[in-house]
Amino acid sequence: MRALRILRRSIRDSFKSIFRNFSLSMASIICITITLILVALSMFLSYNVNQITTSLEQELTIVVYLDKDVTSENKKEIENDLKTMENVEEYKIKSKDEWKAEMGKENETLEHALKYFEENPLLDSIIVKVKNVNDLKETAEKLRKYDFVQSAEYGEGMVESIISVFDVISIGTFGIVIALIVVTFFLISNTIKLTIFSRKTQIEIKRLVGASNAAIKIPFVFEGFILGIFGSIIPILLSIYGYTILYNETGGYIYTKIITLVKPFPFVLVVSLVLLVIGSFVGMIGSWLSVRKHLKI
Amino acid sequence: MKLIKVEHAYKIYKNGTTAVADLSVSIDKGEFVFVIGSTGSGKSTFIKMLYREEKPTSGIVNVGGIDVAKLRNSKVYKLRRRLGVVFQDFKLLPKLTVYENVAFALETLGLTNNEIRPKVLKAIDAVGLKEKARNLPSELSGGEQQRVAIARAIVNEPRLLICDEPTGNLDPETSKEIMTILDRINKESETTIIMATHDKELVNKMKKRVLVIENGVLVSDTKKGSYKVHESVKDSKKKYS
Repeated sequence: MRALRILRRSIRDSFKSIFRNFSLSMASIICITITLILVALSMFLSYNVNQITTSLEQELTIVVYLDKDVTSENKKEIENDLKTMENVEEYKIKSKDEWKAEMGKENETLEHALKYFEENPLLDSIIVKVKNVNDLKETAEKLRKYDFVQSAEYGEGMVESIISVFDVISIGTFGIVIALIVVTFFLISNTIKLTIFSRKTQIEIKRLVGASNAAIKIPFVFEGFILGIFGSIIPILLSIYGYTILYNETGGYIYTKIITLVKPFPFVLVVSLVLLVIGSFVGMIGSWLSVRKHLKI
Repeated sequence: MKLIKVEHAYKIYKNGTTAVADLSVSIDKGEFVFVIGSTGSGKSTFIKMLYREEKPTSGIVNVGGIDVAKLRNSKVYKLRRRLGVVFQDFKLLPKLTVYENVAFALETLGLTNNEIRPKVLKAIDAVGLKEKARNLPSELSGGEQQRVAIARAIVNEPRLLICDEPTGNLDPETSKEIMTILDRINKESETTIIMATHDKELVNKMKKRVLVIENGVLVSDTKKGSYKVHESVKDSKKKYS
């Protein structure tokens, strides 16, 4: 009961002191708000870049062209091997007649030209989707080894450089998120440190009248928690409404349908939760560490 | 019955300054003791060791059965709950009323409001501030603020009241009022009072036990003493400086 009373009074005191030290509390809240907005922006950027690179990578396939005189045994052989190949996600056999029909649909001149050939000049092929695009080259090399494979193409050279650029972008944006979280921690805990420094005497008096270290810390930790929550309200609202509006206005993609944005729900809720957790926890930890300094003799 | 027992206590700061050297003294329950000495004599360090604001470097400092030297930082509150401390600069919370300042001490101990109220009113009444319970410290005179600090120190009915130059910021008339209150507390509730001061007139008038500390050494301990600095101080200065 006694502990509960101390806890209840701690919560009451933390609200009181937020209002009694209004200007410093506001400074902390604004600082938390600004840094959390930056964190939110970098999270949106990072997730979307990730999504775009992943979707672009998924578009990358190897097209295996088979020889003109390929036999059905040959086809069975390569199919069986594709089933067991580690990096092969899925494959689709596309016959030369399918190619012809497709090309004819896309281009009238081609359709006309192809009619002049007695026999279909195109080749049977297999379209292979891989699991890991970084091993695209090795998989293509393996497929080229068959005698009846004329070529295995995947846009050599360009694809590799695109993949490496994507990797750099993904790692870069992730790095920015982490760096911003670290900066947020220092900014928030420093602002709270200032708030607590101005109340050094209060801590000293509490100690003098026999308050235990925990009883002194708890109201400050609550205060940090509350400041963190107040500070994360605007970033959360901006994330939910801002991102949803952006998504709806752009129709969910930028320039082409390949560059799609992450769907707002539940994405914005996850981002909001992360912001709330960062704000409140950093607030609490910042307060805890700052008060601890004043409790040493 | 001994309330305070100090044996061969030393306090040497990290920079090598010896603030207290080989100090031994014992104080009984219910005594009123003045601690006097010039600025930098070590009397404040001695006082601070009693409420564990400073930790002795060596020796024994036992207050009410608690060995201060062995008391861990996180357990200091156990000692502080048994004593009250009054300072020269009052150390009141400026945004709390007189009542709240006094109640604050009991709130941190987790008492209920029903337990707190009569104790606080009793303490405020004891220092004659019943009419000003709702005032803020800024609305009070220096003497009244010090009386609030005394009320806060005695509200938990401690066995020991430590006063570090409580009249240092007050005029002689107000100082007398404060001394009257402290004397009454000492007599009525048998609270042991240890008071560091510079005020010769007060010490000479009160005729209480006087400890004289100079250069960290206890140079005199007299029952019903007066303000005097011994010639031996000069010798001790040479010895410990």
